[in-house]
Amino acid sequence: MTKTRPISDQVREDFPILRRLISPGVPLIYLDNAASTQRPQVVIDAISNCYREYYSNVHRGIHTLSEASTQAFEHARHVVAEFLNAGSPREVIFCAGTTAAINTVARSWGDANVTRGDTILLTIAEHHANIVPWQQLAERVGCRIEFLVIDEAGMISDDRVAEALQRLRPKLFGFVATSNVLGTVFPVERWVRLAHPWGAKVLVDAAQAVPHGPIDVRQWDADFVVFSGHKVCGPTGIGVLYGKQEILQAMPPFLGGGAMIHRVTTEGFEPAELPEKFEAGTPPITEAIGLAAALTYVRGVGLGAIQDHERRLVERAMSGLSQIHGVRMLGPPASERAGIISFVVEGVHAHDVSQYLDTRGIAIRAGHHCAMPLHKHFGISASSRASFYFYNTLAEVDQFVSAVSDVRDRFARTGRKRSRSVDSRQSDN
Amino acid sequence: MPSEEDIYEEHVLDHYEDPYHRGTLIDATHSHEGDNPLCGDVVHVDLKIGPRQSVEEAWFEGDGCVISQSSASMLMEKIEGMTREEIKQFSADEMLRLFGPKLTPNRQKCCLLPWRVLQTALHSPVGGDVSADEMGDDGSSRFSGPSLRDES
Repeated sequence: MTKTRPISDQVREDFPILRRLISPGVPLIYLDNAASTQRPQVVIDAISNCYREYYSNVHRGIHTLSEASTQAFEHARHVVAEFLNAGSPREVIFCAGTTAAINTVARSWGDANVTRGDTILLTIAEHHANIVPWQQLAERVGCRIEFLVIDEAGMISDDRVAEALQRLRPKLFGFVATSNVLGTVFPVERWVRLAHPWGAKVLVDAAQAVPHGPIDVRQWDADFVVFSGHKVCGPTGIGVLYGKQEILQAMPPFLGGGAMIHRVTTEGFEPAELPEKFEAGTPPITEAIGLAAALTYVRGVGLGAIQDHERRLVERAMSGLSQIHGVRMLGPPASERAGIISFVVEGVHAHDVSQYLDTRGIAIRAGHHCAMPLHKHFGISASSRASFYFYNTLAEVDQFVSAVSDVRDRFARTGRKRSRSVDSRQSDN
Repeated sequence: MPSEEDIYEEHVLDHYEDPYHRGTLIDATHSHEGDNPLCGDVVHVDLKIGPRQSVEEAWFEGDGCVISQSSASMLMEKIEGMTREEIKQFSADEMLRLFGPKLTPNRQKCCLLPWRVLQTALHSPVGGDVSADEMGDDGSSRFSGPSLRDES
């Protein structure tokens, strides 16, 4: 790995929300970044400047504001294309988010290319967003869905992937680049190389990958790559569907309406060219502008530096948690994962862990993190998850570890007795 | 934000550690189980409803967070002796008041799980089909409780 400039705590100054207190004297320690990240001032400014200075609907308007908005909106597409190293901005489709992007592929590419008897191959580590759209496709066309199983360490070997591809000959192999629960970083480039010779198209859910390290979709050679704006310091309500141009071109439009047409008559319609073909209706204009500001900002921080910084945080957190009796961490060693740690505290429900940490100002997530099949695979119903970003510090990690170590004491059984006044009538049942 | 100290009041932890009627009832006349699949909380309620349509015994089993399990204990303690009609009238707000500490909307779902299971149990006789007049208002006897929707 090339040497990167370390990220200083100064970066926190860029994020107004990180200055707030959760209760008097208790600062916010925000460790719920896999759910959503925070916004730096430059993103807030980009959005409010648009609304204050030049907002209008894009395309087709022949007036000053519409020209300015259209220019900023299309510039945003260029920024995204460059960030991903896409071949062309036409390969960048703005969607509402990762979920909408995967649904677009399932509805458009799926309905046109998948039939009864075909197989969609996924991993058990998928977010529901990369499971349910395929289950819905299966309901429509009668295809099968197969899941690659993950091992105890939260990994899937290349051999297992190769074997499944050969045996199942899937029409599509969809997988998460970085697991939102285990933090496992999967070898995207290798798996794409394994899949293509069997004729499978590959969709990569990069929602947890794009924000946390360098990305190059052409090096990956994936057919579809999807991610969300709000997980990379950008606005909610916007995400990106990257697709190889020739594949997108062959796909029928999904949502019909304004903007996605070239011409409409009473007899029918002629779809627009890429990317508008997949952007029916007024697009998320300020959201795209905010996303471009976020990607530019994150690039300024440095994606290699972000990766290194998060590695330091996750190593510190894992070594701290491993010292606490009764804490079980899910997933691989720090060297194989991004800045995400899901864990269970023996005898304490994830909700209660999260509620207790909140009193110390620490925001983590509790539940199944939209990955119920994965939790079932590990034999648990819920877990607690801490997830880091570049604005988190080692000091915050230490406070998090110390709070987790207090959790078991807080809920330890101490021989408490309920007041017996009410059930005195009860006998010997 | 309610503080953790408020939510985990002493009487809540007392019920969690020393629950009222945690177990099963062999001669239950009515019973039901429900869960919140999103967080894994499970509550099973057994009732013995006597000839005068009142609850003679109420027991629960379950697995989950402090809030869901202690509220189940409080609820079992509360309803013994009440008639079916009185229990039907016992509202979600009253359940939240019975629990005590103020809860955020997400934790209210934990607290109300046992209450919802109980309401369905009233219409779920053991070993018998649910008769038409025992069905819920929506024509279904299946538990369809609230869920935690906002997971990533």
